[in-house]
Amino acid sequence: MTQTISTTITIEHPAGLHARPAAQFVKTAARFPCKISVRKVNSEKPPANAKSPLSVLTLGVNQGDTVEIIAEGEEAQAAIQALMELVESNFGETTVPHS
Amino acid sequence: MPRYQGLPASPGIAIGQVLPYRPQKITFTEHRIADPHAEWQRLQEALHKADTQLMALQERARKIAGEEEAAIFEAHRLFLIDEELLARLRTLILDEHLNAKAAVHHTFEQYAEALLGLEEAYFQARAQDLRDVAQRVMRCLEEDSDQDSLETWKEAVIVVAEDLTPSDTIRFDRQKILGIVTARGGPTSHSAILARAMGVPAVVSAQFDLNDIRSGTLAILNGNSGVFNVGPTLHELEVARKEKTEWEARRQAELKEAELPAITRDGAFRAEVVANIGGVEDAEQVLQFGGEGVGLFRTEFLYLERSTMPSIVEQVRAYRRVFEILDGRPLVVRTLDIGGDKEVPYLGMEKEPNPFLGWRAIRMIRERPDVLQNQFSALLQAAGQVIAEAGKCDLRIMLPMVSSVAEVERAREIYEEARAALQAEGKPLPQQVQFGIMVEVPSAALLADHFASRVDFFSIGTNDLTQYTLAVDRTNERVSALASPYHPAVLRLIEMTIRAAHTQGKWVGLCGELAGDPLAVPLLVGLHLDEFSMAPSSIPTIKQLIRQWTLSACEEVVQRCLQFSLAAEVIEYLKSQTPR
Repeated sequence: MTQTISTTITIEHPAGLHARPAAQFVKTAARFPCKISVRKVNSEKPPANAKSPLSVLTLGVNQGDTVEIIAEGEEAQAAIQALMELVESNFGETTVPHS
Repeated sequence: MPRYQGLPASPGIAIGQVLPYRPQKITFTEHRIADPHAEWQRLQEALHKADTQLMALQERARKIAGEEEAAIFEAHRLFLIDEELLARLRTLILDEHLNAKAAVHHTFEQYAEALLGLEEAYFQARAQDLRDVAQRVMRCLEEDSDQDSLETWKEAVIVVAEDLTPSDTIRFDRQKILGIVTARGGPTSHSAILARAMGVPAVVSAQFDLNDIRSGTLAILNGNSGVFNVGPTLHELEVARKEKTEWEARRQAELKEAELPAITRDGAFRAEVVANIGGVEDAEQVLQFGGEGVGLFRTEFLYLERSTMPSIVEQVRAYRRVFEILDGRPLVVRTLDIGGDKEVPYLGMEKEPNPFLGWRAIRMIRERPDVLQNQFSALLQAAGQVIAEAGKCDLRIMLPMVSSVAEVERAREIYEEARAALQAEGKPLPQQVQFGIMVEVPSAALLADHFASRVDFFSIGTNDLTQYTLAVDRTNERVSALASPYHPAVLRLIEMTIRAAHTQGKWVGLCGELAGDPLAVPLLVGLHLDEFSMAPSSIPTIKQLIRQWTLSACEEVVQRCLQFSLAAEVIEYLKSQTPR
């Protein structure tokens, strides 16, 4: 049975969802069979396909913006989990402790 | 005969025929097709072909210029496999029976427009990338897409273009390119970086109209001075040929000895020759040209073209990269130097009638101490991390636009606070960090003795020092000719500054254009300037020149120069001097 799961998270990476973070985000999303979309909270833009670099890019997510990630279908839970971890790990880049 | 003054982007001299380069814009008509499945298949083949081409360019860029530049083409390749983009193409071709070229154009353009609407420079650049990729795919859709005017040139030419994309530049065959000149673009553009990596003379921002440049006209391109001379006289050609031969021979010799230290012929004086850099990418060039470190690391790149303050994490990452590349060589980091000539809304920058006399650089310290504190903290953390991982680093912090000792004292307090905060958190910290100032405001030079007791070093910024001493706006063409660092008033300030520092055992560098000017070498050596900081590619030349002089001869040159009353006299005298 299909399930829809969503979560909101704030992007702390200085590049926002552009450049390498965007590529990492899309690559992670692409590993899952479910439909995944990402929406900029407090924005009128429609949700973007999380598996499309161009769609994610054109959302224009900057550092400090909050996004909603919505997964629908097979492995939705795992997909959300993986994307959350990616964002929290600062997109797999060496995290430097904040002062 | 038209002469265009541009900005030097890659050193060397090229003499040859020009080829106006207009990337052939692929034209298309829009029509309905009879066999959409065949059209869709044709598009798949074109996409595959485009990807193969991009993969080759990526590999080529990696070999010539490194990972950073290769990543551009990797990003291009990602567009080709974008789900949404492919889905739109699919709809246009299979459902609406549109021809492939029109479908590609419309789809890519839709995304490009969306990106252009996002304002920030990053997105503008991505929109250009998209259009570049669209052109490539459309070209691949043409029957004889392998035919390319560039590759069919028989003789090597000077490429003249409005502007060049990285994919244009990287494709050029080094054997067929004598030089590159563009009407627009800056010396830090990707094309300029690639030209330097390929060793092709280049000039950017030469402000010509491409329609005025006739294909096959003989021209001289001087990547050292930035002059692009189209249709030169026989005499000019003769001079340029001689200059080119001499330059190439000299360059060969200089590059061979770039690693050797800059010690005067009599062994009496050694100068440290280091580089000015404006980003992480430039750091690798420093070592390539024999730089002994970095005398000016401009940090504005971290703050420009963005809508929020760079986080400490982001700054740390950038600084660490540079420390790692320099591997223990000195790194002089200039703290943020932005003023009203740039718009940075999140810093509260506003357009000012007199930005060079306004709220800029260290003067932000009162209203925005946080900016400086973050920068100090990031620098200390980066250095601390490198050392904690058994790496080496030599951090030297430099404040720009200082005009009063109060600014130095306040900055020191902020620095000590940042350091204490990190210490309290148990963060690793570098043992020795030098603290210095730019001397670029006449008041700092005049009070150099007061400043010297409060800092570890000075670095003289001759570009601004000249502008402020002579009251000349460098960017105003009607007066900019008056802005000569050889003006005796400027020379006296330089002399005073060095003398005051040396009296108190402090070292002095110079990071204005004067440091990289061959003419100034005997003058600056004679003044016992400790550190010369310049564009990386100038380092071999200046090192070689320093090695040809003796300290005593240079001291004589200084004595003469300080007696003149006009910049022209100083220049004329220096031109008459040969190494001895």
